[in-house]
Amino acid sequence: MDLLSILLTDSFWAASLRIATPLIFGVLGALVCERAGVLNLGIEGIFVAGSLAGWLAVWLGASLWGGVAAAALTGAGFGLLHAALTVPLGLSQHVSGLAVTLLASSSAYFTYRTVLPDVAAPPRIEPFRPLDLGPFADIPFLGPVLGQQTALTWAALAMVALVWWVLNRTALGLALRAVGDNPDAVDAQGLSVHGLRIGAVVAGSALMAVGGAFLTMSAFDAFFIGMVNGRGWICIALVIFASWRPGKALLGALLFGAFEAFQVRAQTQAGAVLPSQIFLMAPYVLSIVALTLAARGADYPRALLKPWFKGRR
Amino acid sequence: MIRIEPRDAPPRALRWGLPPLAALAALALAAIPLWLAGADVTRAYGLMAQGVFGSAFAVSEMLTRATPLILTGLAAAVAFRARLWNIGAEGQPYPGALAGSLAMAAPTVMKARLGVDEVVTTLLLNFVIILFVQMMLEGPFKDPMGMGWPQSEPMVEAAMLPRLFDRMRVHAGLLIGLAAALAAHVALSRTTWGFRVRAVGENPAAARHAGISVGRTLLGVGAVSGALAGLAGVGEVAGLKGYLTADLSPGFGYAGIVVAMLAGLSPLGVVAAALFVASVFVGADSMSRALGVSSYLADLIVALSLICVLAGGFLARYRVRMG
Repeated sequence: MDLLSILLTDSFWAASLRIATPLIFGVLGALVCERAGVLNLGIEGIFVAGSLAGWLAVWLGASLWGGVAAAALTGAGFGLLHAALTVPLGLSQHVSGLAVTLLASSSAYFTYRTVLPDVAAPPRIEPFRPLDLGPFADIPFLGPVLGQQTALTWAALAMVALVWWVLNRTALGLALRAVGDNPDAVDAQGLSVHGLRIGAVVAGSALMAVGGAFLTMSAFDAFFIGMVNGRGWICIALVIFASWRPGKALLGALLFGAFEAFQVRAQTQAGAVLPSQIFLMAPYVLSIVALTLAARGADYPRALLKPWFKGRR
Repeated sequence: MIRIEPRDAPPRALRWGLPPLAALAALALAAIPLWLAGADVTRAYGLMAQGVFGSAFAVSEMLTRATPLILTGLAAAVAFRARLWNIGAEGQPYPGALAGSLAMAAPTVMKARLGVDEVVTTLLLNFVIILFVQMMLEGPFKDPMGMGWPQSEPMVEAAMLPRLFDRMRVHAGLLIGLAAALAAHVALSRTTWGFRVRAVGENPAAARHAGISVGRTLLGVGAVSGALAGLAGVGEVAGLKGYLTADLSPGFGYAGIVVAMLAGLSPLGVVAAALFVASVFVGADSMSRALGVSSYLADLIVALSLICVLAGGFLARYRVRMG
């Protein structure tokens, strides 16, 4: 009974939204890439690079939004590398993505150790503060839950709407979806298949990096080696779960955040009975289960993983 | 206007010359981070070479490091030949050979039967396996004499793999790795099983049409790949440490993917590629101790060599024409 009462606390729902935020950015980023036909397994490393870039920029004196911009630019840079290897060169998206993950995370760790060689505890920055809701803070339940969120969480929610709007209501979105489904048709329209795909991967990777920056600039105030810990891979699973739709991506990320928040709290109550690893394992197992359930009817972008060359079918 | 045309057959010299060139290019590119870190670049390279080839002990350390990489490299090479993207060689070493292959069975079945992407499942399973091992090490397997460290009871002396030389850490696991590479080479190039694996990798539809059971072939490949990754773990425990800890694999699985790609997915090439990657790790470690440059440089060089071999592989298969 104690376990169920967790669900009634404000702090549980506030934590769910907080844990979901980096995943929202990550899933949206992966979704934009995949909708255009490119799987981006660089996500795990781009998360790491983004979390370092944002934090480091602020530590070196940039403003918080300057840090977010630094993270986005870093992500865009690694996205450009992945796009260059997979779009015009048409190399294996799986292998290139892993290469980008290895390169992005090792350069982030190398940079961190080079800038701060001998520190046991990393220096802290002044992170994003919860946004003041003014008169809305007094609304029961919603006030305390939303009142704990920072500007980046609000930005993530706004980004869901923006990505949905661009994909479904603009000519650019139509072209992006078409390039992931039927690139020949896009080419016949006189649009650049490669240009659209490269643009999507760069933009998607920038989003992923901002998700990483949330970890060091909002959820936390410092960078640790290994802090991303598979969040990127979970986003890749969530995209499939969301069947490549922004609204469902938000739902998936929130469900996941709620589950994480619940297991942390349940662990403190039931921790004496079960080993903590069972709880830590749960999110990964849950992702695999969700993936299995979603994969049956999955409506993959039809040209996903397929390189396209002009004049060749 | 730049045009990209496929070549009929990649020139032989390019195919053989590409991996060493990519490795050299990655080493050369590493000068940039070294310079940015304020290190004396030429001295750093000298120290790296000395750290690998400077003494018999250094070479033994390099071979010790190469041992698990040969096996995880083979695990990736065999799976990638069938386009089964097993990215689980980070977790699969833990349960050992038999269970490693079982750990790969689930994602393979899910791919073959349910169409679940095996990349994601194997990546996620890495975390599950490592946490499971941690749980076992803190629970049933915990060494009561381990001073509270989460490690298993030490293996009996007789079950340990013998060391190859006195006072050197290089152990019989290296011979197992070499034998596995030879076996994988023969199996892939000289048996009908190998033919089926290659057929499924190159064109699953045509393979199915020719009467090859794609699902069963993938299952076999997955089992072999998982078993090879598991052997890497057995070698580390039985050859090196003598007990199981939860930090058995510091990136051997991901490095194995780089090894496989550097080798062009050829099992014999895996041995050479593993020696290179091991040299980078051991050399950079020793250099970083001397110069105070972060040893993450090794991971950076390994990642760069993967990028270089990918980009170079493109040049081998295509011709770029101006005009």
